[in-house]
Amino acid sequence: MILAVASGKGGTGKTLVATNMASVAGEVQLVDCDAEEPNVHLFIKPIETEGVIPVTLSLPQIDEGKCTHCGRCAEACEYHALMVLGQQVLLFEELCHGCGACSFVCPEGAISERPKEIGRVEVGKRGSLRLIQGVLHVGEPMPSPVIRKAKALIDPSLMAILDAPPGTSCPVVETVKGADFCCLVTEPTPFGLYDLTLAVGMVKKLGIKMGVVLNRADVGDQGVREYLQGEEIPLLAEIPFDPRISEVCSRGGLVVEELPHYRGLFSSILLKVKELSSGG
Amino acid sequence: MKVVVTASGADLDAPVDPRFGRCSFFVIVDTDTMAFEAVENQAAMAAGGAGVQAAQLVANKGGQAVITGNIGPNAMAGLQAAGVKVYVGAEGTVRKSVELFKEGRLQEATSATASPHSGMGRGRW
Ligand code: SF4
Ligand code: SF4
Repeated sequence: MILAVASGKGGTGKTLVATNMASVAGEVQLVDCDAEEPNVHLFIKPIETEGVIPVTLSLPQIDEGKCTHCGRCAEACEYHALMVLGQQVLLFEELCHGCGACSFVCPEGAISERPKEIGRVEVGKRGSLRLIQGVLHVGEPMPSPVIRKAKALIDPSLMAILDAPPGTSCPVVETVKGADFCCLVTEPTPFGLYDLTLAVGMVKKLGIKMGVVLNRADVGDQGVREYLQGEEIPLLAEIPFDPRISEVCSRGGLVVEELPHYRGLFSSILLKVKELSSGG
Repeated sequence: MKVVVTASGADLDAPVDPRFGRCSFFVIVDTDTMAFEAVENQAAMAAGGAGVQAAQLVANKGGQAVITGNIGPNAMAGLQAAGVKVYVGAEGTVRKSVELFKEGRLQEATSATASPHSGMGRGRW
C-alpha cells in the first residue's frame, strides 16, 4: 500500500511522522517527495547507496533552417513557453513542461528534442528501509517530474510511505494522487485548523481516504478535534508536546530509537491506517 | 505608429490596466489617427505564461510599442526580441496615456519591472 503523509503547511511535524513510522514499519520504502527541500535523509542517513537516476525534461530544439515561422507550435503550447516572431522562435525554458506538443504539430519537422536535467532521484538503503529521495536542481521551477520519477521507483509489493512537500500546491497533489491513504499532520491551533481544512479539501477532491495525526496535541485548543468529528475524519494519533522530541529532531535523530517508549505510538498509526484503508 | 495599451475596458476612455500579461483588454491604437481596435485578453486568468502570450499577441498585431503599468521578465524578453518598445508606469485612461506617449512623457523600460507570476491573485502555482 501507498501511504502519503502531508500537511497544510511546513513545520507541523510531517517529516517526524513519516520518518518514525517508516522506522517501525519493517520492510518499507520511504519516498521523500519534497524535491525542493528534501530533508528525510537528515533523519534516515542511508548507509548503502543503490543508485542515482537523473530526471530530464525534453525541451524543444528549433531548426531555424527548416522553420517557416508559421506559429503553430506557439499556439499548441498550453504553457505559453514559445513565442514565434517573423525571424525567430523563442523558448522560455522555465515555462516549458517538456510535453512534446510543439514538435508534434510542427508541419515542417523543424522541432527536435534535447534533454535537460532538472533533478535526480537518489535511492539508498538503511537496513530494511529503502529511501527514495527526489532532488530538484536549484533554480529549477518544476518539481512534479522529479516526484513522478521517485514514485515510479516504488516496488508495489512493499509498503511505501511518501513524505509530501508542505502546502496544497501542484507538487503536493502530484505526491498524494494515487495513494491508498493520506495521513495529514497538524497542530491543535487555529492556524493548524485553517491549513488542515485546505489539505482536507485537496485530499477529498482526489478521492483518497484520510486520517489526521495531531502533533503537540496537548497545547492549543479543541478546534481541530471538533472539526474532525464534524467531518467524520478519524483522528489517528496524538503526539504530545515533549521537549525531548524537539531535541531529538533538531539533531536529526529518530524518536523511535532515542525515546523508545514512543515506538508504540508510531506503530499504532500504521496499524490504524492499514485497518482504515482495507475496510470499506 | 501602432501602440498597444493594456486596459480594463475596450475603448479609449477605459482606464489603463497596470498588469501587462493579465490585463482585461489590449487596446491597439494608431497614434496618428487615434483609430483603435480592442482585443480581449484570453490569458487574463491563465495559469502561467500569460506574459509570453500577451507579447505574442502584440507581435502578431504588429504593435511597435506597448504602454502598461508593470511588465515581467518573460514578456520583456519577448517584446525586446520582437523589437517592440515598452513604456511603463502609465496611469489614467488609454487616450491620456497615448497623449503622454506622443509627448514623450512616458518612461521607457529596458528591463522587467515586476517579478514572474506577480500579476496572479494566488501564490505559487
Ligand atoms: S510550428 Fe514548426 S515551422 Fe511553425 S513556427 Fe513552430 S517550429 Fe517553426
Ligand atoms: S514541449 Fe510542450 S511545454 Fe515545452 S514548448 Fe513544446 S508544447 Fe510548450
